[in-house]
Amino acid sequence: MSSTPLLVILVGSIFTNNIIFASFLGMCSFMAVSDKIDTAIGLGSAVTFVMVATTAINYLVYHYILVPLGLEFISYIIFIAVIAAFVQFVEMFVERFSPGLYIALGIFLPLITVNCAILGVSLFMVLRNYNFLQSTVFGLGGGLGWTLAIMLMAGLREKMGYSNVPRPLKGAAVIMLVTGVLAMAFMGFSGIINL
Amino acid sequence: MIEGILAVGITTSIFILLSAILLVAEKYFTDYGICSITINEGSSVLEQKGGITLLSSLIDNKVFIPSACGGKGSCGFCKVIVQSGGGSILPTETSFMTRGEIRSGVRLACQVKVKQNLEISIPEGLLSVKEFSATVASSIELTHDIKELTFDLIEPVDIEQKPGQYIQICAPAPDGVVFRAYSISSPSYEKNKVQIVVRLIPGGIASTYIHGLKVGDSVMFTGPYGEFILSEDESTDIVCVGGGAGMAPINNIIHSLYAKWPNRKCYLFFGCRTLNDVFYLEQFKELAKIHPNLKIVYGLSDPIGDDEEWDGDSGFIHLSVDKHLEFGKKSQAFLCGPPPMIEAVTDILSEKGLKAEDIFYDKF
Repeated sequence: MSSTPLLVILVGSIFTNNIIFASFLGMCSFMAVSDKIDTAIGLGSAVTFVMVATTAINYLVYHYILVPLGLEFISYIIFIAVIAAFVQFVEMFVERFSPGLYIALGIFLPLITVNCAILGVSLFMVLRNYNFLQSTVFGLGGGLGWTLAIMLMAGLREKMGYSNVPRPLKGAAVIMLVTGVLAMAFMGFSGIINL
Repeated sequence: MIEGILAVGITTSIFILLSAILLVAEKYFTDYGICSITINEGSSVLEQKGGITLLSSLIDNKVFIPSACGGKGSCGFCKVIVQSGGGSILPTETSFMTRGEIRSGVRLACQVKVKQNLEISIPEGLLSVKEFSATVASSIELTHDIKELTFDLIEPVDIEQKPGQYIQICAPAPDGVVFRAYSISSPSYEKNKVQIVVRLIPGGIASTYIHGLKVGDSVMFTGPYGEFILSEDESTDIVCVGGGAGMAPINNIIHSLYAKWPNRKCYLFFGCRTLNDVFYLEQFKELAKIHPNLKIVYGLSDPIGDDEEWDGDSGFIHLSVDKHLEFGKKSQAFLCGPPPMIEAVTDILSEKGLKAEDIFYDKF
């Protein structure tokens, strides 16, 4: 088992090993839903929630069902199934209790299912030998890091609406460039902690 | 070997467990209790279990809102005004709405979920839409891909329809049923039957089903829908322009018209591709012998073969309209056919002095 302290995992997964800027996972919804801060916060919280919950569930499934039976090799498919089911659950929950958020996220909510950041966190958890608490905190940190990244991007894109972007770079191209610059900025954190 | 079976077994049981959890959650989350739907300021009140769409609740209660896509939000037919309880408009609906419609609260019934008490208003005409069961009385091949079907009504036994109105036929589909709209071809004075003209569309769910129907088969449809109103003023000429399979509403208009006004002036323009696509020409010629004010022009858009005889027009049908129609006569026009034909004919008609509100069309 890894002995990394919880606080280190939390800070590390938000800043030094940010799931978007260090691992470049979860890019599709990051690019699609980052045009308004409000929506970005909504999707970010949904991702964080799903990430914490699925990492915890996947930890239990992996260590209490798959490892004892020696079936680690089916972990991918099981992780994906757990994530998909959980997203369905969240979708129904949000539709019932927060129609506003449901309308704002619209078709993007199902995007969480295929958000590789979420599968990525579950797989990192296995790779890095975290225990249950560490995994959950790692999931939380991963989600918060993703939310931070998409909020930064949404803020920049709201401002970029007023700037004169050269025509060939309009749309996805400039977002890629900005993501790259942000990733370089996040590299500044890398000396502090390393997961 | 054992590991393989174990892997499959574990995967399956985890999948089943997850599905079970989702089913329970769905049952709990979509339970909104009984909601009431008030239609047209109390002219009728429905009690409905919440959680399903407004469209399905209305259909369950025998209020038949037109819908061609079966509730997928892709046809934009099921517009109703929701006065309260519908929440705000969804992004899936806005593309079907004008700004004025959004302001006055028009929604697509298939996208509104019944979660609380609703107040809606729908056109009065839709409240008289009924569900009909019928049997196939005849199925006649008019051309190689167009069939004329006649249905004998069983329950209810008669239908009150106006020329230009349509029915929605229920056709079995891979996932449930679909409803497809077809104009009524039989004249409105024939109350006990409904006739339609259907072109077989390769891969089309409903047209394949309808073309496969045999005499005696039972069918289900709802109707009548549509708001075309034939001008009651006898001095107004009627101009019907059809193309391809777009004959049904025109057949209905012409026969209903001459049953009421034997001397009324009426033009029938019908565009076909080749001689093989021509149908109903002889029966209209017979009708024109009785009613000399009926002018019939059929046009063929493809060149006529060497061994074929044709005394009608050549070229696209809007050219025939241009050639035969007088300028400035008070007229009402009904067009039925493919979109390019409708556009071309609409242009010609406005050049001939018809106002936009006197031009009705059925695009498909």
